[in-house]
Amino acid sequence: MADNRADTRVSMRTPLARVKGLGAAGHGVEHWWIHRVTAVSNVPLVIAFVIIVAALAGSPSYQEAIAIISHPLVAIILILAVISVTNHMRLGMQIVIEDYIHDRMLKIVAVMANNFYAVIIGVACLYAILKVSLGRILV
Amino acid sequence: MAEAKVAPRPLSPHLQVYKWSWTMAMSVVHRLTGIALYGGIALFAIWLVALASGPSAFDTVQWFFGSPLGYLILFVYTWILMHHMLGGVRHLVWDFGYGMEADQRIAMARFTLIGSVALTLAIWVVALIAF
Repeated sequence: MADNRADTRVSMRTPLARVKGLGAAGHGVEHWWIHRVTAVSNVPLVIAFVIIVAALAGSPSYQEAIAIISHPLVAIILILAVISVTNHMRLGMQIVIEDYIHDRMLKIVAVMANNFYAVIIGVACLYAILKVSLGRILV
Repeated sequence: MAEAKVAPRPLSPHLQVYKWSWTMAMSVVHRLTGIALYGGIALFAIWLVALASGPSAFDTVQWFFGSPLGYLILFVYTWILMHHMLGGVRHLVWDFGYGMEADQRIAMARFTLIGSVALTLAIWVVALIAF
């Protein structure tokens, strides 16, 4: 982390804090970096997701839909996609909240609600995928 | 320590003072599509939970997605997803330090819109013919 300040002698920060580069929140560039990591993983997973949904486009029967979603390859791709996407959207929405909501209390509530929403979506999807997949053996 | 500032801080001008450009429009659309996908994923969660709940819940949800409104939502959702994906790839290219020149920026912004529309149409043609 480059130190671009004109005169570092006036800094209140300890040398250790500057070397660690984790900033005031103690997380450094973690938010930014995981947003990028999940952006990269989203690309192949979203392409696979679109193909899976396209295979469901012709209004399948219940049995057909179960057969597609419970296939191990489909289920594994969907689980990976849900993990990647829910993390990416949680980080992205937090940036939007921090950009536009300036009231301190409202911001805390919104960021917290954002975390809850992302976890609820993630758990609901993962539970449903696992429930229809587990126990199915391809014979 | 910084002294307490009494002078009024400069305010950043609002969006409407700028002449719209391709890069500005696609930047705004990227954020809007991200917000839309954030809400839209709930539809996928509802569909999956209905599938896990059993045939009667599934048939209700499937009836909705099979209705004209359902198809419209899925079609628009496809475009939103493709636009956000191409916009994201554009941002990754910038993160590596490429595509910063004016003509490159504008070309990439145009490609985001044209590419997302083309991909959406291609996906729906393939989905309706092949499956």
